[in-house]
Parts: sequence; C-alpha cells; structure tokens
Amino acid sequence: MVGKFLQKVYLSIIFIFLYAPIVVLVVFSFNDSKSRGRWGGFTLKWYADLLKSSEIRSALYYTILVAALAAIIATIAGTFAAIGIYNMGLFGKKVMLNINYLPVLNPDIVTGIALMLLFVSMKMQLGFITMLISHITFNIPYVILSVMPKLKQMNKHLPEAALDLGATPFYTLRKVIIPEIMPGIITGAMMAFTLSIDDFVISFFTTGSGVSNLSIVIYSMARKGIKPSINALSSIMFVSVILLLILINKRQSKGAESNIEKIR
Amino acid sequence: MKNRAKLLAYPYAVWMAIFIVVPLLLVFVISITEGNVRDLGSLKLSTKSYAKFFDPMYMSIIWRSFYLAFISTAICLVLGYPVAYIIAKEKVSRRNGLLMFFLVPIWMNFLLRTYAWMTLLSKNGIINKFLGIFGIEPLNLMPSTGAVVMGMVYNFLPFMVLPIYTVLTKIDKSVVEAAMDLGAGKVGVFLKVIFPLSIPGVFSGITMVYMPAVSTFVISKLLGGGKELLIGNLIEQQFTVQGDWHFGSALSIILMVIILISMLFMPGNDTEEGGASMW
Repeated sequence: MVGKFLQKVYLSIIFIFLYAPIVVLVVFSFNDSKSRGRWGGFTLKWYADLLKSSEIRSALYYTILVAALAAIIATIAGTFAAIGIYNMGLFGKKVMLNINYLPVLNPDIVTGIALMLLFVSMKMQLGFITMLISHITFNIPYVILSVMPKLKQMNKHLPEAALDLGATPFYTLRKVIIPEIMPGIITGAMMAFTLSIDDFVISFFTTGSGVSNLSIVIYSMARKGIKPSINALSSIMFVSVILLLILINKRQSKGAESNIEKIR
Repeated sequence: MKNRAKLLAYPYAVWMAIFIVVPLLLVFVISITEGNVRDLGSLKLSTKSYAKFFDPMYMSIIWRSFYLAFISTAICLVLGYPVAYIIAKEKVSRRNGLLMFFLVPIWMNFLLRTYAWMTLLSKNGIINKFLGIFGIEPLNLMPSTGAVVMGMVYNFLPFMVLPIYTVLTKIDKSVVEAAMDLGAGKVGVFLKVIFPLSIPGVFSGITMVYMPAVSTFVISKLLGGGKELLIGNLIEQQFTVQGDWHFGSALSIILMVIILISMLFMPGNDTEEGGASMW
C-alpha cells in the first residue's frame, strides 16, 4: 500500500515538472502586464493583438504552409519509395534503407548546415523553397520507416493473387496494397506534419529573405523578451492539439471496440 | 510485378543522392579545404580547420558538451525508468491515458517551453518570488550549467520513457509469473528478469536522449546565457557570426564521427519502434 502511494507521489512530481512551464505560459497569456515576472490583472488583449501583429501572422502562415505541403509531398513520395524499396533486391534494399536512415541518425544541426551548404553552392536564394525542400528531405525517412513495417506485415500473396485474377499493377496498388498499409501511411503523415511544425534547427539554417516560421520568431524574440501574444498563440495551438488528440483517442478506442465485436 | 514495383524507389534514390548524400559530402569537402565557399572551384586542400580543433579552448568546449549530455542522459534514465515502470504496471485502460498525459507537453513548441523555464528560473522569476515569501534571498538559478542540464532533462525525458515503456509492456507476463513460482522475491524478479529484458529499451532511450542533448545549441544559449558554450553553439557561431564555414564543417564532421562511434557501442537500438509507438 505504501509502495502504491509512493508511486503516485513520484508520478505527480514528474507531472508537475513537465507541466509547470506550460501552466506558466498559459497563465501569462492572460497577464495585463508586459513584464513576465509580474501579474497585472486579467486581460484578453494579447489574443486580440494576435490578429494585428503581421510578424506573428506571417510566421504562422509559413509554419502551417510548409508543414502541410512537406507532409503531403513526403507522405506520397515516401509511400511510393517504401513500396519500391520493399520490392528491391537484398543489397539495394540495404543501401537505400541505410542512406534513408542518415537524416534520422544525424543531429539536426548537421542536416541543417549540410543542406544550407548545398543550396549556397548551387547559388539558390535561401527562402521558402529551400526550407520546403529541407522539410521534405527530413520528413520522407520517417514516412518510409513507418510504412515499411506494414509492408512486411502484409500477406505477400495478396498482391500476387490480385494480379493472377487479372488486376493491373496500378489497380493492385490502389485497391490492395495501399489499403493494407494505410495505418502506416497515416502514422507517417502525422509524424511528418508534427516534426515539420515543431522544427527549428533545420529551418533556421535553410531559410532566409524574410521567411520565418514560428520557432525562428520565438528564438529571435527569446532574448529580448517574448511578446505575450506568442504565449496567447501557443495556448490556442496547445489547446487545439489536446482536443485533436482526445478526438483521435476516442475514435481509436471506439474503432477497437467495434473490431472486437466484429470478431465475435 | 516485383521488377516493375522496384522502379518506384528510383525517384527517391535520386532525391536522396542530391539532398542527403551530396550535402554531407560537401560538408566533408569544405572541412578539408580553405578558400571561398561560394566558389567551389577555388577551394584548396588544407588541414587548418582540423588543426584548430586541437586548440585547448575548443577541446574543452567539446569535452564539456559530451560531459553535460552524459550527465543529462544519466538523470533522464534515473528519473525516467521508474516512470516507465509505474505506467507499464497499470491496467491497460489507465495506461494509455497516463502515457498520453505524459506525452502532451511535447506538443507545445520546444523553444517556448524552454523560454517558459527562463520565466521560472530568472532572477525576478517565479521561483525566486516564491522563495522570497519565506525571506530567502534570490538565488542565481540562471544562467548556469545546472539550468542547461535541467533544460536538457526537461526536453528529452519523454524520449527516455517511451522506448523503455514500450519494451516493458511487451514483456511476457508468464515469464514473471514463472520466476515468482520458482521462489524469486519482488526485488529478485525485477533485477533478474524484468530489468535484463528491458535493456534494449534502455539502450534506445539512451541514444534518443544523448544525441539531441550533445548537439543542442538552443538550450545552452537560452538557459546558459551565452556563457555555457557547447559544440552546437560553436558550430552555429561559425555559420552565423564568425563566418568560418570550414571550421564549422570540420566540427560537424567530428560531431558526426563521435556519435557514430558511440552508436557502435550500443547494441540493437530500436529507434524505429520507439518513434512509432508515440502514436
């Protein structure tokens, strides 16, 4: 009994440690004082300010645009690449998967400067396009890594049967393979989107000419003092993520239940 | 089918060559040359950048980065293993909720969370205000080495807990029961059965924490106030302030090589599984 109690206390302390800064951020987004040590009364003005600040609006726009485009492109490219790699010979597969693993293993800062050196030596102007290419490049490996296990789990004879029964390769891909590996594709897409939306280091080195995402804006503000409207924005984003997670969780547990019923 | 499906991999092979292999080769080429980076033809071979690395000042910064990353990884392991163990022991229905509660903070921008710690730790910050109520003089909590280590532990703790948790939940319950039937006590079961079986998770947790910790430049800059230089800061400065891209590249190559060497000592790391179980 004492053991159980101690475990609860321990977990609570860890949770306080994890949530303390987040509570601070959310509370200070309602603070009617610019300094971050003092409480100046309740206000919603930072939320109203959000709509006015063009710097934050443009950062939010680029963050979401890059994350959405990079996630979509990486998911499609990564899924096809995974199917291709799966069908390669042993040697080719090994080489491809090892190179694919490099951006996952390498520290972000190395990936960032490596891409920057490439863009600079190709005389490309750093900006939106270079940032998008970089995000696609670091997203695809994660898509492949989450699609690959699903391909391995798939019954090998399933696509063969489809082909024997007269389906064209494209039809087999569309109606047999893709539905089979769909959970992996969705996981990969979600991972790509979140990695991209949260990325700082790689974006920092590969963007330029007035194109910044939220992380870069926060970084440049951090030492002068962050505008409380950033706190407001992240509180909104945080709450929407939590709502989304709860929704997904509900749907998944419902799905699991109905699956069990089907089996019965 | 097999022969034609293989073709789907070729576009990505080209993409990988251009955006993964060539950039890394460029880093290597620039690290062993000197001259104007914007004009690749004019570069001349040189070992200057690697010679610079042996300067005691830089050596001590690099040593510090690995030392601080090591300390943070150790703290993450000590704090994180019990968390993974406690959550894994819960009933399945409670388990998922607890795990999600644990992972939700990752969804807030990492820079903002670090910035929030500045609000908590600074001289006029909340912790010092709180201590002030009891008449305690304001402490110099930040900038400091301790604050940097705390920032690393805070940001990377979930990456330690997740793989350990995944491995723990996969342990076959009957193995534990067998050990108990054969007379092992609680401590014995943990030390002789559960812990050895969870070693793969521990190793992948260690890699997932150590790697970002050793290469970070944001945490050390924000919580260390520019005095706590790490190898990441050194690299960043070469590219943004100093303009010595050759030295910056050499440092990156050194960082990569040291990480690859330490990976060799890590048997069977399963980052693939740890990452996927986040969902």
